[in-house]
Amino acid sequence: MAVRKGIEVSLAVAEAAAACDVDCIAAYPITPQTHIVEHLSELVNDGELDAEFIPVESEHSAMSCCCGTAAAGARTFTATSSQGLALMHEILFIAANLRLPIVMTVANRALSAPINIWNDHSDIMTERDAGWLQIFAENGQEATDMVPICHRIAEDKRVLLPIMLNFDGFIVSHVVEPIICLDKEEIATFLPIYEPQQRLDIDHPITMGPVGMPEVYTEAKMAHEAAVQNSYEPICEILEEFGKQFGRTYKPVETYKTEDADIVYIMMGAAAETAMSWVDKVRDSGKKVGIVRFRLWRPLPVKAFKEAVKGFKVLCVVDRHFSPGGAGGPVAQEVKYMLYGEENAPKVVEVVAGLGGRDLDYDAFETMYDKCKKVLDGGEVPPFELIQARGGHYGKI
Amino acid sequence: MEKFNVFASRLLPKEDYVCSGHRACQGCAEALAMRLVHKALGRNTIAASATGCMEIISSPYPETAWNIPWLHVAFENSASVGSGIESGLKALMRKGRIPKRKINVIAYGGDGATADIGLQWVSGAMERGHNMLYVCYDNEAYMNTGIQRSSATPLHAATTTSPAGKTIGGQQTWKKNVPEIMVSHNIPYVATINPSYPFDFMRKVKKAAEIDGPAYLHAYSCCPTGWGSRPELGIQLGRLAVETGAFPLYEVEYGKYSVQEKVEEFRPLKDYVKLQRRFRHLTDEQINASQERLKQEYALLLKKEQMSKEGD
Ligand SMILES: Cc1ncc(C[n+]2csc(CCOP(=O)(O)OP(=O)(O)O)c2C)c(N)n1
Ligand code: SF4
Ligand SMILES: [Mg+2]
Repeated sequence: MAVRKGIEVSLAVAEAAAACDVDCIAAYPITPQTHIVEHLSELVNDGELDAEFIPVESEHSAMSCCCGTAAAGARTFTATSSQGLALMHEILFIAANLRLPIVMTVANRALSAPINIWNDHSDIMTERDAGWLQIFAENGQEATDMVPICHRIAEDKRVLLPIMLNFDGFIVSHVVEPIICLDKEEIATFLPIYEPQQRLDIDHPITMGPVGMPEVYTEAKMAHEAAVQNSYEPICEILEEFGKQFGRTYKPVETYKTEDADIVYIMMGAAAETAMSWVDKVRDSGKKVGIVRFRLWRPLPVKAFKEAVKGFKVLCVVDRHFSPGGAGGPVAQEVKYMLYGEENAPKVVEVVAGLGGRDLDYDAFETMYDKCKKVLDGGEVPPFELIQARGGHYGKI
Repeated sequence: MEKFNVFASRLLPKEDYVCSGHRACQGCAEALAMRLVHKALGRNTIAASATGCMEIISSPYPETAWNIPWLHVAFENSASVGSGIESGLKALMRKGRIPKRKINVIAYGGDGATADIGLQWVSGAMERGHNMLYVCYDNEAYMNTGIQRSSATPLHAATTTSPAGKTIGGQQTWKKNVPEIMVSHNIPYVATINPSYPFDFMRKVKKAAEIDGPAYLHAYSCCPTGWGSRPELGIQLGRLAVETGAFPLYEVEYGKYSVQEKVEEFRPLKDYVKLQRRFRHLTDEQINASQERLKQEYALLLKKEQMSKEGD
């Protein structure tokens, strides 16, 4: 029976993975993900979870090992952050193209240098092209619920892709929250035993990961693109089914107080929750602001997003990562891609904020609001701005 | 009878799991070594391959030379992939999802994949105690990318990144002793193998597969393309490598050394190097110095064998 209890989110996520009866976990410690795998190894060593816990010697090795376990047909779970995710980079692309349904939680953290263990989205945004499905959770309940959902999506025969479950490092991972934790029996009614479509089986030998000459490489990429795009419908179905079964329904794109809004913030992750409280507060003083959040980031929910922002005047895209010397933040780039050429498209104000653990607080949202208000009142759309920086010509000091 | 086992190939099992039609160069003894490994392991085997010649030649989609389940992920990490396969099978058998039976898990890579870029991955897999076999196919350079030096390239050998130049003549470092590094991992079984001695080779592969826990095999693998040797000389070079002390055959079982094909009187190293273009620039002095060092290393190996016996 599901119980609602006060629990650190990392531990709840680990217990959700255990309740999914995962077969193998290969992982390497890195803050702020570590509590998840520590707890899993505890569950294994206490005999509460029948799984192989493989304490590998690096994250590159963790992802390599996960390729092996998943190819052998085992339900596979791992977790990482930041430098660990970056070290996996090479293998992420391979796991995706091998169509191995690995589930990985990423407690999002800034990339070095300078080394910084706190939250932003530079780790995950750098891996946008890896060919994984990517989901963002905003709080502990969502993060916990998403674990069985992610296994179900990844292992769905129409999908068969690895999936990254993102939530903000510390801000979500280390917080003690009241969370409804589903137990093994409940999850078993939603997530059947994993029956791999293909695996390394001595009775049916297959060759996995062959050389792809120029005659086939493009087709392999095409097939991968189709797989990621075609996962959208099954993802929506599975989210809905989870909602029906457990009463908590998640959508690829979520909205908050957007009905009559003029300015809409585009966000993902826990900062959106702070933004929601700020919206509640400033709505009283007549600021017509709302929020649209990406829950699903890959595949990019183009149609749902366009639908969600239709008719607004100004969008404020809050990026937690940017490409130095490039075209600003990744979320803004993709938002503009989705809106380009649309009739009466909203104007897009781009800010980069909340880097390396800099708090995204009400002040930050006010600064963004001032920028957007000028545009709403007919001002020019400014170039992307890295706000919150002291001393730089970009910031308010 | 001395050379009996070279000619007794009909005593070997007929079945092949790495099949002909692959794209290795003529006379490639690395492909031969790989074929013998899988002859010895048989059909109940799953392989994890590193990037390198043995991957490229055997898997150009849509063709495959493999009659067993085979997975290639990347260059440096086949040991980790193999450890994942082993763990996956273990969990699934324990949970009753797949039938319980003995399946050999082998991970392999070239000397580059093993001695250089993948050393950490091999070390990790061996240290964790997986019940698996790792084979290094040592052709003494990065052949797949065009004969660049590795840390397993022998002293003075010319490669494309250690060319025989006017002032610096070939590789400047002594061959890294990876089998000895593996012995230091205190794993149950480490052995060197050489396809010119197919019976010793297959006996060791079988033993490595049967032993409970991690095993490491280091396979001498003549590469005519990279060494500048004639394709028909692979077997002869393999025997010369043993007879000159350049590649001693030994095994270390639970820390105990024993030496096979023991050399009583060393063949001159010159007999070996003169058949390979990579050593063409060597002076007699250099050859003699190398021979001296090989002899010293061989003496040390024999001492270890002796100490192993005394320990009994
Ligand atoms: C991370 C990475 N670095 C470099 C390469 C390029 N590369 C592929 S195979 C190879 C050399 C392989 O040498 P070795 O392991 O000795 O195997 P061989 O081809 O000699 O059998 C190199 C450098 C790669 N594929 N991946
Ligand atoms: S380059 Fe050498 S190792 Fe590679 S296939 Fe040719 S002979 Fe074999
Ligand atoms: Mg090599």
